[in-house]
Amino acid sequence: MARRVVVLGGGTAGTLTANRLRRAVGDETEILVVDRDDRHLYQPGLLFVPFGMAPPARLVRSRARQFLSGIEFHQAGVDRVDLEEKRVALDDGETIAYDVLVVATGARLAPEETEGLTGPGWGRTVHTFYSLDGAAALAGAMARFEGGRLVVNLVDLPIKCPVAPLEFCFLTDWFLSRRGLRNRVQLTYVTSLDGAFTKATCNRELSGLLRRKGIEVVTEFATGEVDGDGGRLVSYDGREVPFDLAVVVPLHEGAEYVGRSEGLGDPLGFVPTDEQLQAKAWPGVFVVGDATDLRASKAGSVAHFEGEVLVHNVRRYLDGETPDARFDGHTNCFIESGFSRALLIDFNDTLDPVTGRFPGPVGLPLLKESRLNHVGKLAFEHLYWHVLLPGRDIPFVGTEMPIAGKRPGEGDRRPELIGGGR
Amino acid sequence: MTTRTYAGREVELNAEGFFTDPRQWNEDMVDEIAGDQGIHEVTDRHREVVKFMRHEYEEKGDAPNVRALAKSSGVSIKELYQLFPGGPAKSAAKIAGVPKPSGCI
Repeated sequence: MARRVVVLGGGTAGTLTANRLRRAVGDETEILVVDRDDRHLYQPGLLFVPFGMAPPARLVRSRARQFLSGIEFHQAGVDRVDLEEKRVALDDGETIAYDVLVVATGARLAPEETEGLTGPGWGRTVHTFYSLDGAAALAGAMARFEGGRLVVNLVDLPIKCPVAPLEFCFLTDWFLSRRGLRNRVQLTYVTSLDGAFTKATCNRELSGLLRRKGIEVVTEFATGEVDGDGGRLVSYDGREVPFDLAVVVPLHEGAEYVGRSEGLGDPLGFVPTDEQLQAKAWPGVFVVGDATDLRASKAGSVAHFEGEVLVHNVRRYLDGETPDARFDGHTNCFIESGFSRALLIDFNDTLDPVTGRFPGPVGLPLLKESRLNHVGKLAFEHLYWHVLLPGRDIPFVGTEMPIAGKRPGEGDRRPELIGGGR
Repeated sequence: MTTRTYAGREVELNAEGFFTDPRQWNEDMVDEIAGDQGIHEVTDRHREVVKFMRHEYEEKGDAPNVRALAKSSGVSIKELYQLFPGGPAKSAAKIAGVPKPSGCI
């Protein structure tokens, strides 16, 4: 019997899910991916653009060309999903019926949610590196910057890749040192969290790094206004941080159609999702990547690890069985720390990031700066296009978190979360 | 873990000051908990937000963070900060006798 799986979103999560599904299910199951454009952006590369380390054009490829044969790509925006009728209305007037829906439309930037952020200073004294245009414009501003107060501001969680703002601080420190300007710049990281990072063990390591690099940290700062003309961040409780150049990570929300689709999303446009990666309220609707409301980081590695779980569960659903694989929150990321070094962290819902080696005793060093990790981070771009997106398994890196090379003791407990909430 | 007495009844709070058992809470305690939060004049607007917080927790098993609270209650973030200086979601959660909003990582 012909059945149709519709995947909304052709980014990291949607692409790897569609490709994995294509190999897992027979030809009688049609797979259709919908996205409003044909530009697939390698998002981990955005971090390097402002420092002239990645030409923007290199980061974009055709979405359509990342799909295995047997996957149909339909270029259109989503108007809304009718969950009762199992139909998706597109903005080109077409309506598509589905048996299984995979929501993979990620998170979008919502700078307009912060007063003044897109005001007169936007693109001049106020920038972001979270979009390709933004990162390219910031590259110009960084090259012209001669000294003063440079502020990096995380407005509030959730954001994609929560370590990226810290990496940006580390790379800025390196970039300014190389240009001989470091002692003319006061570099400050302003965050809504009550520490530098969300995970306590990482927080200790990363706070130490910030201190050694002379980067000031302002915590629990709830940015209420970005005043580009006046050069200041103003918090809701009236605190101020002055700047000459501000690099802001704007608030994130789910895709706009989620809000227009009755019963699909939460107030921020993310989809309430269970551990089996199903929409809590809708059997037959699965959610993957940044679009979920899961506590896991919004990051490509999470989408990758979710992919295997999701495909298993979609296949069981199509076979009339109960989805039984669960996602454990496994996250793995390189943290670029400047001067050609990086750290690697690996954790899940129950085990905090620890020291040791990954994925086994002779692997990359964990939670520790090294050149090898930096090389790993740069090499990842090739893996992304050729292994991760096609939905292949990365050698030695399985969905289940490895523990062989990890130092026990420190992390064998529930992770301690800091910040969040307010 | 500490013990406090609100409205003549003993309740248990965790290290951060949130109720360990939301069932120990009742509406009569609002003014006294608010006082502990530095809010000495509890207005109808405060009560509205606290009631909403309690309702969201009871419906969903988790209290909203400040952005979700603003979006769903219709009270702007700015006003929430005026009502509950320091941290509206955490403060309102304490006054509503519910656990710390889990937020996100």
